[in-house]
Amino acid sequence: MEGARVEVLERFAAGDAEAFECLFRQHQGAVFRWIVRIVRNPAVAEELTVETFWRIHRARSRFDAKKGNFCGWMRRIATNVALDHLRRVQPEVELPEELPARRTPVAAEQNELRRLIYAAMDHLSPQVRAAVLLALVGEEPYEEVGKALGISTAAAKLRVFRGVRVLRKELSRVGVQA
Amino acid sequence: MSDPELEKIKSLLREAYPPQNEELRRDLWAEMQERLSQRVIRVPWWDWALLAAASAMTLLFPGVIPALLYHL
Repeated sequence: MEGARVEVLERFAAGDAEAFECLFRQHQGAVFRWIVRIVRNPAVAEELTVETFWRIHRARSRFDAKKGNFCGWMRRIATNVALDHLRRVQPEVELPEELPARRTPVAAEQNELRRLIYAAMDHLSPQVRAAVLLALVGEEPYEEVGKALGISTAAAKLRVFRGVRVLRKELSRVGVQA
Repeated sequence: MSDPELEKIKSLLREAYPPQNEELRRDLWAEMQERLSQRVIRVPWWDWALLAAASAMTLLFPGVIPALLYHL
């Protein structure tokens, strides 16, 4: 099993189109799920999944099939693609689509709170925002967050704490106790 | 930062960002193939530099045009 996996990776690194297709079909779902956690938009995540595999395809000759961890490498590229997207798009405050038909005072209050949280998140840099979303919302271990962002576990923790500090400051500025 | 403070922020964030358990609903291979078929023609920077140098030469010294044509 392991031998077959390495063989596919070796063929992929050598430029075999079938091996690439095999890897694409095997991992497209995982890449999509990872990206959607960062960009929070399924349509955009689909586009970015294709972009991720495009970059993987271009960088195939640099991948060492015997020593390299394909999933880790792929996740790192997917994270970079998602971060590039976050850098490109202007921060904006969007309300979720599933707003209740009849707005009760409680629902209105919740929507206002969400809006304030989104606005506070817009104060974070894409790297810090991704770290916060992955660690605190996606509950990914700091080690995984660090690997995906290409930094150490300690640096990932620091990035999340820095993000939390900014969020607390921004939220308390607008009167939300956090 | 104490744990209760972190937990408070976590719960606020989770309320604002509901879990994204979104699954990929379709196969993206067709899009991937389309992307792969778009051949990107890249001209290396030194080719552009050479072109710029040749253009500058012909403008400054029109006498070199026959020599350049000879070498083409």
